[in-house]
Amino acid sequence: MSTTASYVEGAVDYSTKIPNNINLVDDRRVLKALEQWHPGYIDWWMTMGPEGFQTSEVYLRTAVSIDPKGWAKFDYVKMPEYRWGILLAPQDEQRLVNFGASKGEKAWQEVPGEHRAALRRLIVIQGDTEPASVEQQRHLGKTAPSLYDMRNLFQVNVEEGRHLWAMVYLLHKYFGKDGRDEAEGLLERRSGDVDKPRMLGAFNEATPDWLSFFMFTYFTDRDGKMQLESLAQSGFDPLSRTCRFMLTEEAHHMFVGETGVGRTIERTCEAMKAAGIEDPYDITRIRALGVIDLPTIQKKANMHYSLSLDLFGSEISTNAANFYNGGLKGRFMETKIEDDHILTNATYPVLKLVNGEAKLVEEPALTAINMRLRDDYSKDCQGGVNRWNKIIEKYGIKFQITLPSVAFHRHIGEFKDVHAAPDGRVLGDAEWIKNRDKWLPSKEDGDFITMLMQPCWERGKYAPWIAPPKVGIDNKGGDFEYVKIHQA
Amino acid sequence: MAAAALTGDQGLRKQHLIDPEICIRCNTCEATCPVGAVTHDDVNYVVDAEKCNFCMDCISPCPTGSIDNWRIVRAAWSIEDQLGWNELPPQEEFTATADGEAIDDDVERLLASAHAGAGGKAMAPASASKPAVNLFRRANPVVATVQGNFRITAAETESDIRHIVLAFGDTVVPVLEGQSIGIVPPGKREDGKPHDIRLYSIASARDGEKRNANNVGLTIKRVSGGVASNYMCDLKVGDKVEVTGPFGTTFLMPQDPKANIIMICTGTGSAPFRAFTERRRRAMQNVPGRLVMFFGARTPQELPYFGPLQKVPHNLLEKHLVFSRVPGTEKEYVQDRIRTEGREMAGMLGSDATHIFICGLKGMEAGVEEALADVCRKHGLDWSQLKPRMRAEGRYHVETY
Repeated sequence: MSTTASYVEGAVDYSTKIPNNINLVDDRRVLKALEQWHPGYIDWWMTMGPEGFQTSEVYLRTAVSIDPKGWAKFDYVKMPEYRWGILLAPQDEQRLVNFGASKGEKAWQEVPGEHRAALRRLIVIQGDTEPASVEQQRHLGKTAPSLYDMRNLFQVNVEEGRHLWAMVYLLHKYFGKDGRDEAEGLLERRSGDVDKPRMLGAFNEATPDWLSFFMFTYFTDRDGKMQLESLAQSGFDPLSRTCRFMLTEEAHHMFVGETGVGRTIERTCEAMKAAGIEDPYDITRIRALGVIDLPTIQKKANMHYSLSLDLFGSEISTNAANFYNGGLKGRFMETKIEDDHILTNATYPVLKLVNGEAKLVEEPALTAINMRLRDDYSKDCQGGVNRWNKIIEKYGIKFQITLPSVAFHRHIGEFKDVHAAPDGRVLGDAEWIKNRDKWLPSKEDGDFITMLMQPCWERGKYAPWIAPPKVGIDNKGGDFEYVKIHQA
Repeated sequence: MAAAALTGDQGLRKQHLIDPEICIRCNTCEATCPVGAVTHDDVNYVVDAEKCNFCMDCISPCPTGSIDNWRIVRAAWSIEDQLGWNELPPQEEFTATADGEAIDDDVERLLASAHAGAGGKAMAPASASKPAVNLFRRANPVVATVQGNFRITAAETESDIRHIVLAFGDTVVPVLEGQSIGIVPPGKREDGKPHDIRLYSIASARDGEKRNANNVGLTIKRVSGGVASNYMCDLKVGDKVEVTGPFGTTFLMPQDPKANIIMICTGTGSAPFRAFTERRRRAMQNVPGRLVMFFGARTPQELPYFGPLQKVPHNLLEKHLVFSRVPGTEKEYVQDRIRTEGREMAGMLGSDATHIFICGLKGMEAGVEEALADVCRKHGLDWSQLKPRMRAEGRYHVETY
């Protein structure tokens, strides 16, 4: 209770320090290294960040503290002036290594020598995905279906930028010269570049339109969530603390994806209903309404889900086993799983290609760690798909979005050398070629969607192919000006 | 404080719920909750009412806003109930009359008299939230604890106006901006009967003087010889007070962000408007609807909250503070300022989004109405037609004593 009766609470401005909760001021070596890295980052942001909106004022949330009550502060910010801070979840002095051969030891505050290379690799791979997605999405602002969506895109972008900072901090702080070199490398690679591509496949694919963006944030950022969650289990405590805080931000990206696809579906159903169209496959008539037909949305889901599955690596992996055994990267929600957390004697069912058919085979659980994480991922994906189907059901349309088999359209792992249908049947080349455009977006599908992507920047208005959101960001009303556009 | 203890005399409790239509199952709330109150299945994330302690840690990290939902309930929904939901249930309405119990007669009489100035049957604004009323009565008051008692007029003035904060502890007292609570002064009258209940407008927003602290602020003026006001103004931190209510189903703040709200008051009549302003600030910043205040007092020293009001930004609240006894300057009353601002006022009166609230002493009513009528005449509007229409639409409210 204050000692005076103010008329309204908080009429005084709060301070505006750069958010970092690691006492950077007292860590001169790291401070200097980050200061030297900073201009390169800004340079990267200006050349590879959101194109054309660097001077616009965006209603963004900034983390100014890790306290749950204070970390989401909303205000108008020009993106290059966003306060990219370094925030770690609070240290728990009692925290232990919770899995693998070192289970029960106190969590490591420094990098154990024998795990140095492996940890650096994990951090660099994670770090590389963060700027990559900003690069993939840099042209989307121009075709934003509303100021609300534009703001969400930019929020995702600046937070991916912050996640890059989070990984770069770890590299500078704990990995010496190697770390500094890797931090430079993160600014040098480019998504889709032939000579210096980003490290993982899905992060070199284009994000050509907003439906792709929503699918990407739903499916591919969800891989990020799973990876961050399993790194948050790490026995290397600074990595764990970094990832735990990143997960809080990652949730917003899941939200953008799930509701973005959901709103697209909703608008399609609404338009079909209004036009009296019951058959979801009456594609020509549905497209004439200016909305995206459900079978095309299914194809987009097939595409992004299968590309995202590739991010989990090979089903059977000794690298993954070593990371787990070494206490570096755990399973999803490791501490909530009831087993010995060592797994030397356990097995796990893995879907493999056996005599030309997909079959479950018991494998040693340690080498099947990737498979386990991928299964948890698929289950997590299914939740939002169910929600989308509820929307379709509400309109009485006979159609269901489904996740294709994990054998479908794969470039990594057990099924990379075969063609499979969405139901998992292994196919010959001819049948695949004949049906490919039924299962994955065709050039015509892409052209149609591109044609729909007309910007809609009027306050409170939405492009005709997408429904408005149920609630605004930060409880804002429907016609709130989420982005004040000053085009550069 | 455990939620299980949050049982008022009415058997009501506040329950924290997650909107399943908006939640995306990101697990942030479950990861954040320090007491393990959030759990989930493959479909929904839910809050265990027996574990949630209203610490609010989960609110700001939620990316969707689905976490920020509350219901007053007689019996909490179980985890199993919530896991089965496709959407949130509506807020059940609770009133004493629904229980078949009578409202205290003196309260009804007081409210009818206070609202008489509107000149006809008062209607709540269309966008007002649903109020709960009469949860606590003379026979079963809620006992509040005094958390603060601050003088908000200058010490050297005659006018002793206090800002008093009452906390309800574990008892849920759901209130809305514009509602009042009743105070039961202890002791008996000379004739041996209990003292009359006094009504005081709540000067804080629905979620508390301090957010989610389960308390209310009141603005009370010490009246010479007044039983209740002297009792209240003399309270010390820690004292216990018997409270009834909440009361009031019409003088309520519109929740439409487009609503323009013109607030005209003197003295402690500012109380509900402090509540309105804080509600706008907490829930609806940067909205198109305007908050315009005409607030009169004899001098700045006697205008309650004068200092703190200076800090409220203009884009939240447009303030017209007028004074009738400042030496060396001409007397000015709220009605004078309404006339000075005639063009601006007429513009607002012409909009169906505009609501007028008048609160203060009975003596101000006539002058204010005349000024409104003048403004209308001057700008081609007809107050005699506009007023009954605004009243019928829940856009004209008077509460005077």
